[in-house]
Amino acid sequence: MNAKLPQLPRVILYEGKDSQSIPQTLRLELLVKLLDKGFTVSRSTDQGRLENLGHNNVVVLGIFDLPTAQLGEQANNDELQIHDIRDKSAETILDSINASLNKSRVGSPADGQTAPSAEQTAAPKRWKPWFPVIDFDRCTNCMQCLSFCLFDVYGVTKEGKIQVQNQTNCKTDCPACSRVCPEVAILFPKYKAGPINGDEVNTDDVRREAMKVDISALLGGDIYSLLRDRSEKAKSRFSKERDDDRALKERQRCLNKLKSNFDGLEIPTEVLSSLPSMDQIQSKAQQAKQRAQQALADNAANSSANQSAQSPQSPQP
Amino acid sequence: MSEQRPVLYCRCAFAKVLPEDVKDGVLERLVASNIPFDSVPDLCEMSAKKDPTLKQLAELPNVRIVACYPRAVRWLFDAAGAPLDTNRAEILNMRTDSVENIWSQLTSTCSKSPPEESSNSSTEGESQSAPQQATASQQATASQQATASQPTSGGPTA
Repeated sequence: MNAKLPQLPRVILYEGKDSQSIPQTLRLELLVKLLDKGFTVSRSTDQGRLENLGHNNVVVLGIFDLPTAQLGEQANNDELQIHDIRDKSAETILDSINASLNKSRVGSPADGQTAPSAEQTAAPKRWKPWFPVIDFDRCTNCMQCLSFCLFDVYGVTKEGKIQVQNQTNCKTDCPACSRVCPEVAILFPKYKAGPINGDEVNTDDVRREAMKVDISALLGGDIYSLLRDRSEKAKSRFSKERDDDRALKERQRCLNKLKSNFDGLEIPTEVLSSLPSMDQIQSKAQQAKQRAQQALADNAANSSANQSAQSPQSPQP
Repeated sequence: MSEQRPVLYCRCAFAKVLPEDVKDGVLERLVASNIPFDSVPDLCEMSAKKDPTLKQLAELPNVRIVACYPRAVRWLFDAAGAPLDTNRAEILNMRTDSVENIWSQLTSTCSKSPPEESSNSSTEGESQSAPQQATASQQATASQQATASQPTSGGPTA
């Protein structure tokens, strides 16, 4: 599923009319800390303008010439929180933001939105956003990624187009599906190297990927069976060891060896060692393959129907 | 007339793929300057969450995005249902560029006013006389409901 979490308020560091400049060191410290806590932070100066970013809640921080109560009255908006940060430290300011957010949480959320909990405002959930992103300038909708992924990360739209629909199902640091894409169309923006990280694709990349078309066929028809088999052997060695430390080291060595055998796919050890049973793998692989085949068949049928609709009717005999 | 282009900075909070010196260096310069900007913790996370803020950011006129590879940023926005206008948006890459390069690109286009006009020129929406200037509360309220205009003078600067 998508990583749906309530939207945190936008924080504006205000340095416009009726306010004084925020000291530069405090400005930087605040920005970094607020960003680290997951807030969208905007800085307003006398040199430009800020646009609406659609937030229901906005926190304004500034060193104001007017009392904040008076500013609040001018705003006449319950979703606006104004904090005067004169002579306050970054930590104190963060605490007061959290306190006011928690206080506002007591009321019922506007527009059906859930107000952020104290936990969310104080320490946003740290899911590393690792998931594939499709470059539709390159994607040919071949469904190899859908067929390959065991974790239901991919799906198909009503229009028969491949899409990433369950980002949080993706295994962190595993870029394997991008390795089986024949068009180098799958990105992982947080990956270390190009072109998977989004760097431009060059002709060598395309040639290299073209050689891996239908990698499951190249590996005897069932890459997951092969992976599972190797993983089982590693576990078997582990079970025969009596020295736990030695066994753990051995297991790690085996997994590293297993991993090195599949360096082309760069599947992390954690993913290999957590592969489900052979039956589950076969079942999931079969389901994924069926979904891909169904999507391709539907697309082909739709394409034929469209062509028939566009071509002139044959004369009646 | 000067052309003040909106700036969006991505902190890339969840991975160490951006060089720390570049990531911090660009932010330090932004903070030390008088350029207004928006900053987000992590564009990847926002894309995965399909954060509606991305749509608003994508619609910022001529937005300059300081993040990572342009191809990645473009398709992250697209994946969130907030496609960027690639003819107007510009993406600066902190993974490959130096602080100096990024900063020179930011400052060269953030304000395009000719020298003789720069002292009293302003962007569209900024050209307000002092009595019309937005206060903090008006600014913030407007930022929730509509385009918010910033004062051009009278407010203290960094």
